[in-house]
Amino acid sequence: MVVNQPVEIVYHRPESFTEVHTHYCPGCTHGIAHRLVAEVIDEMGLIENTIGVASVGCSVFAYNYFDCDFVEAAHGRAPAMATGIKRVLQDRVVFTYQGDGDLASIGMAEIVHAAARGENITVIFINNANYGMTGGQMAPTTLPGQKTTSSPSGRDVEQMGFPIRTAELLATLDGSGYVVRRSLHDPKNIRMAKKALRTAFETQVRGLGFSMVELLSTCPTNWGLNPHEALKWLEEKMIPVFPIADFKVSPALTQGIE
Amino acid sequence: MPRELLKGNVATAEAAIRAGLEAYFGYPITPQTELLEWFSERMPQLGRTFLQAESELAAINMVYGAACTGARVMTSSSSPGVSLMMEGLSYIAGTEVPVVLVDVMRGGPGLGNIAASQGDYAQIVHGGGHGDYFPIVLAPASVQESIDLTILAFDLAEKYRSIVIVLTDGSIGQMMEPAELPPMRSIERKRPDWAITGARNRDRRILSSIYLNPEEEEITNYRLLQRWNEIESNEIRFKEYYLDDAELAVIGFGTAGRVSLSAVRTARAEGIKVGLLRPISLRPFPYKQIKALADRVRSILVVEMNSGQMLDDVLQAVGGKTPVDFYGRMGGVVPFPDEVLAEIQRLAFEPIHINGHPRRAWMKRHMIR
Repeated sequence: MVVNQPVEIVYHRPESFTEVHTHYCPGCTHGIAHRLVAEVIDEMGLIENTIGVASVGCSVFAYNYFDCDFVEAAHGRAPAMATGIKRVLQDRVVFTYQGDGDLASIGMAEIVHAAARGENITVIFINNANYGMTGGQMAPTTLPGQKTTSSPSGRDVEQMGFPIRTAELLATLDGSGYVVRRSLHDPKNIRMAKKALRTAFETQVRGLGFSMVELLSTCPTNWGLNPHEALKWLEEKMIPVFPIADFKVSPALTQGIE
Repeated sequence: MPRELLKGNVATAEAAIRAGLEAYFGYPITPQTELLEWFSERMPQLGRTFLQAESELAAINMVYGAACTGARVMTSSSSPGVSLMMEGLSYIAGTEVPVVLVDVMRGGPGLGNIAASQGDYAQIVHGGGHGDYFPIVLAPASVQESIDLTILAFDLAEKYRSIVIVLTDGSIGQMMEPAELPPMRSIERKRPDWAITGARNRDRRILSSIYLNPEEEEITNYRLLQRWNEIESNEIRFKEYYLDDAELAVIGFGTAGRVSLSAVRTARAEGIKVGLLRPISLRPFPYKQIKALADRVRSILVVEMNSGQMLDDVLQAVGGKTPVDFYGRMGGVVPFPDEVLAEIQRLAFEPIHINGHPRRAWMKRHMIR
């Protein structure tokens, strides 16, 4: 037994986190995504300069967990609200945290135009293939054949259309500076996700335009799977439809890395 | 400042700029587009924020975000566009941030047309977005009043952390007449202590309209209501014309009030003892003043460019004490003074029969013609 030896702290709550319990379900990857964002804000020393925009969905209470100024947007309108803030306070860092129903369904116009304008904001986009907060309805990201509470026989693409690949779509816009997709299903991918989040915030700080990291996430509760099965389902079912890749990386960013 | 020949929409936009507007977000729609165009040129010249949004929905949410920073901010639109803004207005009301909206009303419902109308009265004054709140509503009747009320709108919005809507119409927005603009006000001011600016050397702040606990929401509702009571006590505005010895009173706001004033003057020249009360604050509404007026006059004529939306407020104020009649034009039709004069003459010389609702009586008369 070792006593009175100096201990090295290797893991702690990020400074940018408030000391409260989150309301997320066990096994949900929102907690990981939150932590990564908080770590990046810590590492970049941005907490006093950052304004968050929460959205509507499971992440509606994001403002309770990040220890910075926050506003709470209407459903889908976070990019518009972030635009209003950023245009007035241009030297602040403004980020939105939105789910797939919020961003890719009701807020599709707002996100597309924020990207097209090259709005200098960072968007964290949680894609978990369903509407979590309202109890697991079909989202624009729901996979073909996937059963949800509003597609009980599985998503029939003839009737309900196809999933939207948001990152690919936004990457076509000239205003996008950094648009990538990452996943939160295993440690390697989590590390890649953190690196991408860091680059996204750097894109904003350097004024290189719109930045978004789409994060493939699990929703064990509404998928009807245990947390481990959910991670596997993400890897096996979601990644073939939503590949992990960089879709737009401003040349200035790659030059910066060299 | 000298009087200049100014277009209503341009004068309103320039007045906002001189009141210290820091950011404008809007979307083109006739008959308000000159506001957007004026801001698009002037705001960047002055180093201030102008942005043409992708929709009215986005515009009002950009306004919402900018207002949360404590900036002086506004948008403008016309009826169909204002309908799209109702979502954002409700959130703005629930978050208690000051915002100014100019609604240059046009004919409706639906796509309607681009002519001057007062068809948004019920939506703006009594309706709006979901939930429990009241906006302050100011109705100009001239280009000069558009300037003055726009400036007042910013002061009231900030004083009460409230939405202030300048409810004008396509006629006032498009007309040109001499008016005087105020000198440029300084844009420099202290950010309010609730503003979201980044938590530097202070505790973090959250601005939101969410109160998941109903008891907490109710506390917010009470706070809004208390503030509203204060507004009702302090901010009622109206104008009276020839009412001192009047036996008949006309009540109309905005363009309908202005047209009615011409009719009242002609009637006066004919020896009819008639006057006009023109509400300027439609919310808070001058209920008390109209009640007092009802005690003094023989009958009241309400004139509007809609189907009698303010009429219901007048009836409530009068409380059945005095006969009330109505004359309206709808769909974007502006009444001629002669039409109102004919109504005044009828009230002056014919015995007044009040059978049922004045709106029904008006429809009956109107259809016979």
